[in-house]
Amino acid sequence: MLFFSKRPTIKSLMSVKPFVVFSLLALSFQAFAKSGEVAAGEAQRWVTNMTQGVTATSHEIYDLHMLIFMICVWIGVVVFGIMFYSMIMHRKSAGAVPSKFHESTLVELAWTIIPALILVAMAVPATSTLIKIYDTSDADIDIKVVGYQWKWQYEYLGEEVSFFSNLTTPQDEIYGRAPKGEHYLLEVDEPVVIPINKKVRFLITANDVLHAWWVPALAVKRDAIPGYINDVWTIVDEPGIYRGQCAELCGKSHGFMPIVVHAMEEVDYQQWLVAKKVEAEELKLAMSQSFSMDELYARGEKVYQTNCVACHGPTGAGGVGPTLIGSSITTGPMNGHLSLMINGVQGSAMQAFGEQLNNIDLAAVITYKRNAWGNNMGDMLQPVDVLNHKRSL
Amino acid sequence: MGDHGPAKGFGRWLFTTNHKDIGSMYLWFSFAMFLMGGVFALVIRAELFQPGLQLVEPEFFNQMTTMHGLVMVFGAVMPAFVGLANWLIPMMVGAPDMALPRMNNWSFWILPFAFALLTSTLFMEGGGPNFGWTFYAPLSTTYAPPSVTYFIFAVHIMGASSIMGSINIIATILNMRAPGMTLMKMPLFVWTWLITAYLLIAVMPVLAGCVTMMLMDIHFGTSFFSAAGGGDPVLFQHVFWFFGHPEVYIMILPAFGIVSAIIPTFARKPLFGYASMVYATASIAFLSFIVWAHHMFTVGMPIAGELFFMYATMLIAVPTGVKVFNWITTMFRGSMSFETPMLFSIAFVILFTIGGFSGLMLAIAPADFQYHDTYFVVAHFHYVLVPGAIFSIFAGVYYWLPKWCGNMYDERLGKAHFWLSFVGLNVTFFPMHFVGLAGMPRRIPDYALQFADFNQIASMGAFLFGFSQVFFLFIVIKTIRGGKQATDEVWENPEGLEWTIPSPAPYHTFTTPPAVK
Ligand code: HEC
Ligand SMILES: [Cu+2]
Repeated sequence: MLFFSKRPTIKSLMSVKPFVVFSLLALSFQAFAKSGEVAAGEAQRWVTNMTQGVTATSHEIYDLHMLIFMICVWIGVVVFGIMFYSMIMHRKSAGAVPSKFHESTLVELAWTIIPALILVAMAVPATSTLIKIYDTSDADIDIKVVGYQWKWQYEYLGEEVSFFSNLTTPQDEIYGRAPKGEHYLLEVDEPVVIPINKKVRFLITANDVLHAWWVPALAVKRDAIPGYINDVWTIVDEPGIYRGQCAELCGKSHGFMPIVVHAMEEVDYQQWLVAKKVEAEELKLAMSQSFSMDELYARGEKVYQTNCVACHGPTGAGGVGPTLIGSSITTGPMNGHLSLMINGVQGSAMQAFGEQLNNIDLAAVITYKRNAWGNNMGDMLQPVDVLNHKRSL
Repeated sequence: MGDHGPAKGFGRWLFTTNHKDIGSMYLWFSFAMFLMGGVFALVIRAELFQPGLQLVEPEFFNQMTTMHGLVMVFGAVMPAFVGLANWLIPMMVGAPDMALPRMNNWSFWILPFAFALLTSTLFMEGGGPNFGWTFYAPLSTTYAPPSVTYFIFAVHIMGASSIMGSINIIATILNMRAPGMTLMKMPLFVWTWLITAYLLIAVMPVLAGCVTMMLMDIHFGTSFFSAAGGGDPVLFQHVFWFFGHPEVYIMILPAFGIVSAIIPTFARKPLFGYASMVYATASIAFLSFIVWAHHMFTVGMPIAGELFFMYATMLIAVPTGVKVFNWITTMFRGSMSFETPMLFSIAFVILFTIGGFSGLMLAIAPADFQYHDTYFVVAHFHYVLVPGAIFSIFAGVYYWLPKWCGNMYDERLGKAHFWLSFVGLNVTFFPMHFVGLAGMPRRIPDYALQFADFNQIASMGAFLFGFSQVFFLFIVIKTIRGGKQATDEVWENPEGLEWTIPSPAPYHTFTTPPAVK
């Protein structure tokens, strides 16, 4: 039989008060809660609890989480305790004779009112935390975050700094042809950089479908919705690299659009910002230069690997998108090819890259496609050509 | 009068208007869907057994998560409850059949078409639905594969089936009760189904509206959900969850009814707090209409909205708690034995309560910012649906099967099925709490290395759970084909009119109404 019956050892088992057993269980839960506190390091195994994170908000949410959890555990101890007590003591096989009672308004009232009071006790701290989270006023820095299928764009408002952040985990690691690195699927080419101890506000939206921007260590998660701008804020206490992922199903590569936040000292942040601006200036200058075939091809290959492989495949043979080998576009007239890249294809997964890639990268990736994989068109495109084409539109 | 048997051959099933035949067909259909949805789930768990992409590509993975959800919700759980309702409600209220037998036939027979349509999308160009069972626009409209139109049509048919089934159930309960069977004497399974049927009638049209708006956006140039055309993607979520939240109670209220029938029988003590059970069910049904946006805490609602939905959601814990306390008090100072239906019911009470606890945690809006769309949510709703809805269905089948087919199932096999399922379920879903809290988003085909260990355990549990259900099929077939003859009462002093008729229940029962004390 099942719940311990008949055998002689059972007597001794039954004398152990179920409450004692359950209380021990609850205490071990409490110990588990403590053990969660050290689990802050990265790539730790067997993590069982929420991170405490590195912001006042994340600490507060962690505390709230543990409070509600422990209340649930203790309710469970009492409720399941009584249940197991009757399952052991009031068995037919132990000769239990059933009582006949089946009603008591008083008891019903009690177990309606007491839980309601416990809920009020939970609601108070929850409300106060929520109010703090919703106070997005007086930010020091505003960063616009735009979700794309399947990458994030960060734009530092008022700073003319803007860039895309793409997954850098190689396909070989994903398909098991190479060993997986420490930050497998949680690494990007350009992390979003923020200073510590400053109120940073993220203005979150999306370009195509829904996404959600989530960094557990900051306890920030907000949906990125086309047509909406959602604002959230954070003040990070400690310098460090904090990793997260898109948290709203957004299509094929939903699992492959991580978020990396690099929090640094204010001075380092300012230096980074200056370097970014210089980089932008240099890029502007380069826009008017001419490049050799080899330069364009090499750069184009890189651009292709970060922006296009997901849909057109590593060898251009296609996937979500059509094959680019010998296609009527890639081996057709240059102008048509350029227009398609700038405008994308309405109503398909092919995005308008005119806004996403700068003119050099556009010229490079087009040159690359026209000459890679045996397309061998022999022609190339300069950034100025792209500029002229854009102007003519 | 009432003594002719069923027709011969396939025509019996195609043209039948008999509630027992239709009930059986619903149950077999739902079991077939349960296995199919289970296979989809195993594809998911096999891919997630280790990090990296091994078996399927992300496109197909997304189709599997979507189809698993749709098939389990609309194909397995809901038809199973309708099947039980068909078998039991007429016998429980002392009626000869359902009120609208011909419509009953239709409600069932359109279902296989709906699911054939839905499943066929997997073989279409561009693949099947890949936008999750919640099918948020615009991923399910502008960015959807062409097969989405078939999906929309399938959902319409399922909705029509549910609405017809509900009308039938309400009409039966309100009009066909035997004299003396007052509302407050009805078994709780009848009560919970009555309330469920009203929920269905209220929300299925909302779902139909939702998919119709999608259809318009996709084919007729409207922009209900497209921001570019002046529409609103968040509107989609409000409409969907206005259906979706009551839907989760549709999948659990009948379960409450089943467990409320079984626990008193095996505790040999009347159900504690019958009236409060009825009121609690009604309160839960009412509250289910005003909590929908707790699925949307991260869309950026105004704080007043967040607070309202947080408080309303927390409130649901009160009537749900009342139910759990009533079940436990029913056991208290009873004289319990632990046959298979009771084991499943006890597991229901414990594990559903655990799912309730995680639900309460999810209700806390600020904490939900960390939980939302992670495996913690996956763990939560599988704890309320698998040991909740599914275990109650198993419990109900073991409890009433001897009445249906006249044979006792093999108690040893039943218990083995219980323990395999119980262990499999917990090994599968408990670790999901951990990976969710540690930060693993849901609906991803591949994951960072720190989630590997618990995912591996979950996958092993899933295969154990899956294969135990093939064992269940074996047990049921074995019982139908033979076994110890069941008595009319089957159990020791069970309550209810269904135990006053012979086992197996004759093709026609209560052609003259029974006397109800
Ligand atoms: C999100 C998936 C996706 C990404 C990323 C993507 N494409 Fe596409 N691409 C498509 C799809 C889908 C089409 C087919 C559009 C149609 O005609 O309906 C397409 C079409 C094209 C075509 C036209 C092919 C033909 O013969 O019709 C070219 C050229 C192209 N893409 C180049 C690129 C380049 C270069 C990149 C990277 C900068 C890129 N694509 C990134 C999905 C993608
Ligand atoms: Cu995304």
